[in-house]
Amino acid sequence: MDLTLDRVTHRYGDMPVLKDISLRIPAGRILCVIGPSGCGKSTLLRLIGGLERPDEGQVLQLGTPPPGCLNPLTYVFQDFALLPWRSVAGNISLVLEDHGIRGPAAETIIDDVLARTKLNDFHNALPRQLSGGMKQRVAIARALAVNPAVMLLDEPLSALDAQTRELLMEDLVALWERAPFTGVYVTHNLAEAVRLGHSIAVLSRRPGQLRELIDVDVPLADRQPGDPQLEALQARLWQLMKDEAMAADQELLDV
Amino acid sequence: MSDAARPVPFRGGGFRPVAKRGAGLAVFVALLALMEWGTRVGWISNLTLPRPSDVATTLIDLARSGLLWTHLSLSLSRLLAGSVLGITTGIGVGVAIGLFSYVRAGLIPLVAALFPIPKIALLPLFVIWFGIDEGSKYALIALGTFTPTVVSTYGAVDNVDRTLIRMGQSFGLSWASIVRKIVLPGALPGILSGLRVSIAIGIILLVAAEMLGAEYGIGAYILQAGSLYDLERLFAGVVILSALGVLSSWLIGLAEKRLLRWRV
Repeated sequence: MDLTLDRVTHRYGDMPVLKDISLRIPAGRILCVIGPSGCGKSTLLRLIGGLERPDEGQVLQLGTPPPGCLNPLTYVFQDFALLPWRSVAGNISLVLEDHGIRGPAAETIIDDVLARTKLNDFHNALPRQLSGGMKQRVAIARALAVNPAVMLLDEPLSALDAQTRELLMEDLVALWERAPFTGVYVTHNLAEAVRLGHSIAVLSRRPGQLRELIDVDVPLADRQPGDPQLEALQARLWQLMKDEAMAADQELLDV
Repeated sequence: MSDAARPVPFRGGGFRPVAKRGAGLAVFVALLALMEWGTRVGWISNLTLPRPSDVATTLIDLARSGLLWTHLSLSLSRLLAGSVLGITTGIGVGVAIGLFSYVRAGLIPLVAALFPIPKIALLPLFVIWFGIDEGSKYALIALGTFTPTVVSTYGAVDNVDRTLIRMGQSFGLSWASIVRKIVLPGALPGILSGLRVSIAIGIILLVAAEMLGAEYGIGAYILQAGSLYDLERLFAGVVILSALGVLSSWLIGLAEKRLLRWRV
């Protein structure tokens, strides 16, 4: 299933946040969206997943989601969004219960996704007992449980420290290698974008417009930290964004 | 400044409540001992304050005569019936206010108008509406516990983490599932702490309700003693009410511990 954004424009009140964005999200690839803070990256993701309605333009699905897909457009949030009163398994079963999957059927799915995210030993743990990295693993496991056609990742690693971020990036790459998923990955971290993106969309500062769409040809598994080609790409992205980021930083909030 | 090495002075600490076992009991005991001593020595006259030991014997006599259980069972059944009625409707209305904008717009002013009315002032009205029997007593306690429960419940629903609700929607959960599995558990801590206030108000109103032609009941007992200036019996009744307050607060604490184990 492909997604297409057709001249999407969005405003909050009188303030335009996104302007005229057209993008194609092909199946089986990860599209990273980067841009300076406040450029509407997260808004764009909410529009793609149908949590908000664009003021103009539209988001289109091409084709039908694959069979067995419970929730075609599935988010992974920056702040994990786990229910603190449910265990790890309970948080995953939450998204299965509404589809009538309970008991042994649910247990099979839960065990499978926990194994894929290396969480087997945390089946009954409560979120407060887990570190940030573990919590985000649970959120990723929950997203995998509904077998999404497209994963929408909203700065999933931004609340984590650098080491955990590195580990989780490797996990995401491994997950993709095992079963390639379609992903939209919003981040302000250029290193994440060059590690995980098959293509990278660079947005300008508010109102966010598509400045450039860059394809990265290196296979995900071959990308290592410190790779000169990726470093060069990251430097180029930073050049693209630097002035925008500076200008965005100096804007007054709440105008 | 000398060059000798000194430890860095410690400036942290404090401003963090620590559980101190027995401190509450010690305050009670100290206060009672002071009263006992004062009344025995004579610098507190028997007219100002009854002697704690006398109050205790009154209580024991009351228990021996079997009247204590008559009073207590009647009062407890009134408190239970009234507050269960008031609290359940209060939680229902509070959740509805939290969930539906129209209910919110329509009912918040009404609740704000009801809240400050001293319910005791409405006693005659309740007698006309519900009769002089148990009905009016239940109604008075129910109304008294209803308003604080509504206010704390919709506050608790408003405070549920919106990102969790957004998460539920993003996974395509039904509205009923979101309410049952996300909103209600998320509001539970606020609802439970609101119950403490509601039940305390219920106990206050119990005494008011038993002003209405009740022969038995802790409130009736206190009022009789009060009109006779029988301070020992008055205080014996007050002690029972206090114990009731402590007991209900302890029960809610227990419920919090069991239901909110997930909290830090």
